[in-house]
Amino acid sequence: MNIHEYQAKALFETFGVPVPKGVAAKAASEFDAALAQLPEGPTMVKSQIHAGGRGKGTFTDGFKGGVKFCKTKADAKEIAGRMLNNTLITLQTGPAGRKVQTVYFTVASDIKKEYYLAILLDRGTSRPVIVASTEGGVEIEKVAHETPEKIFKVFVDPAYGLADFQVRQLIAGLGFTGAEAKGAAKLIRNLYTMFWETDASMVEINPLITTPTGEALALDAKVSFDSNALYRHPEITALRDLNEEDPKEIEASKYNLSYIALDGNIACLVNGAGLAMSTMDIIKHFGGSPANFLDVGGGATKEQVVAAFKIILGDANVKGIFVNIFGGIMDCNVIATGIIEAVREVGLKLPLVVRLEGNNVTAGKATLAGSGLPIVSGDTMADAARKIVQLVA
Amino acid sequence: MSILIQPDTKILVQGITGDFGGRHAKLSLDYGTHVAGGVTPGKGGQFFEHKEHKVPIFNSVHDAVAATGATVSVVFVPPPFAADAILEGVDAGLDLVVAITEGIPVRDMVRVKRAIAGRKTRLIGPNCPGVVTPGSGPQSHGGCRIGIAPGYIHKQGHVGVVSRSGTLTYEAVYQLTSKNIGQSTCVGIGGDPVNGTSHLDVIRMFNDDPDTHGIILIGEIGGNAEVEAARWIKANVRKPVAGFIAGATAPAGRRMGHAGAIVGGAEDTAAAKIAVFRECGIEVAATPSDMAHALLRAAQAKGVTLT
Repeated sequence: MNIHEYQAKALFETFGVPVPKGVAAKAASEFDAALAQLPEGPTMVKSQIHAGGRGKGTFTDGFKGGVKFCKTKADAKEIAGRMLNNTLITLQTGPAGRKVQTVYFTVASDIKKEYYLAILLDRGTSRPVIVASTEGGVEIEKVAHETPEKIFKVFVDPAYGLADFQVRQLIAGLGFTGAEAKGAAKLIRNLYTMFWETDASMVEINPLITTPTGEALALDAKVSFDSNALYRHPEITALRDLNEEDPKEIEASKYNLSYIALDGNIACLVNGAGLAMSTMDIIKHFGGSPANFLDVGGGATKEQVVAAFKIILGDANVKGIFVNIFGGIMDCNVIATGIIEAVREVGLKLPLVVRLEGNNVTAGKATLAGSGLPIVSGDTMADAARKIVQLVA
Repeated sequence: MSILIQPDTKILVQGITGDFGGRHAKLSLDYGTHVAGGVTPGKGGQFFEHKEHKVPIFNSVHDAVAATGATVSVVFVPPPFAADAILEGVDAGLDLVVAITEGIPVRDMVRVKRAIAGRKTRLIGPNCPGVVTPGSGPQSHGGCRIGIAPGYIHKQGHVGVVSRSGTLTYEAVYQLTSKNIGQSTCVGIGGDPVNGTSHLDVIRMFNDDPDTHGIILIGEIGGNAEVEAARWIKANVRKPVAGFIAGATAPAGRRMGHAGAIVGGAEDTAAAKIAVFRECGIEVAATPSDMAHALLRAAQAKGVTLT
């Protein structure tokens, strides 16, 4: 689960990770009260959406920049008015963009130098890794590619936690000395505590800055959490912003369906994540274009299939549906009956190809064939994929 | 022969009194698997009954091991308690713990993995379909079925299958069995980012098993476990190997059902992994329908008989 920058920074403050003073506003009527909490002088206005690349983004009305520096609070108020409820398109939002429903005002800090700091899971070692670089404010992938010697990593032993010597390694790598080193060390320790205690999947500060007075501050904050662990963090679950999620994905999650929208026109309904991914792949392989990822899980109840059909049909691009079920333990005939009921209930008009395999498959196929509905049966995944691609073409 | 488990391996079911654990314990009993005991704290002394079977339930894994001599357990315990259940199995000195549970917090698994390092117990999973060593009876009856895979699609034989995905494993097994090609052992290592056993661990075991003559390696986007396995195969494995990677069309940065199936960079995409497979001499299946065929092609090229 992702959260907004302003929420992440509030969390940072709770854990003792210093950030520039800031206040969020969700309506124009809140701007004055929000700005009143900041000192007079240079102020940043930051659009709060979950996608990156905000600074270089453009709003749909042509206004440029989702993150702006303003010399005065009066300017900041005006700029915030241009951003709020406007739609911001960045490299990560896709062409539809994302509506800005919160703006965040912060003090514009004086920057001496920019750094990069992140904590995430290293899958190779199954340990948290802290990644730091002297090259802040740019894409870390670019740094990794061009100047890998400027990236420092420490792998944290979960049995011991972050060790002091590891903090010293990072501090030395980043070139901090004196008071700066002390502040940065505390920031790193506190950030690790936050990462660990909140079950974060990733915390990223890009840039981490030092100010001319020797302070280390998190100028930006990107934080995501392990959704498997949300049950033990109600305070973090409360930060979820449904406006940032595809309504179809929210609806799907209510039925325990794992759905992700894509931009093609052949919808898929599959059991199992691996099979669901490869169903999308096989559509592409035969020249079609998948409209979604949809995993109905190990079973495939009638209620789930009906809900899945409704969600799929909510996508106007969809021109055909491919149902691919390996009914290992579930009776294929029960699945077939569920599909037929679902088709009748939603009044499906689009081509539908069903590939069933597994337990009691002969009866399942007979049920589909005898339904009187225009359901095309596929024998193998490849056969079914070819058929749906032809029907949609 | 087989790896990890034999048809006569005695297993325990941790969470046997839950819906999910109970349902699959019954299916394993029907398959002829030796389910020696169940573990549910507080229900020790009761029995899990199914047809002619009366399986004793114990309060702890230690009690169950002492009473039954079981060497393997399967964990169906819900996510908040699953890490504890795994550690209990390790502490009781089991050879193998197979964790089926989906949705265990990553931090719990990071701690578990550290805690069990150097211990004799191997962990498979979590979030996996389990392990099957097919038996010699009709529809492979009499085998050892640990987890949630459909037993009847298997056939005793000489192909090893390893995968992160349940349904893709069944797809591969079904294709093999339909071609009258049996399996030595089928291992689902699970779709989570932190798991107990990697592709490479299983590949090493298949390579050492004289009764495994060919291997199907099924992977997906995210991480570099498949790449690591492929490079080792290139250097060490002379048996025919076919591979498939799911997720070529997955958008970057999105989790595709499995917690670990997420493209994080240029190196964990399907295209990158497939390129490494080719480079390492693994016969790549173009689609999931082609997995058994791909292995046959690889076997033919090496003059190996799979049946």
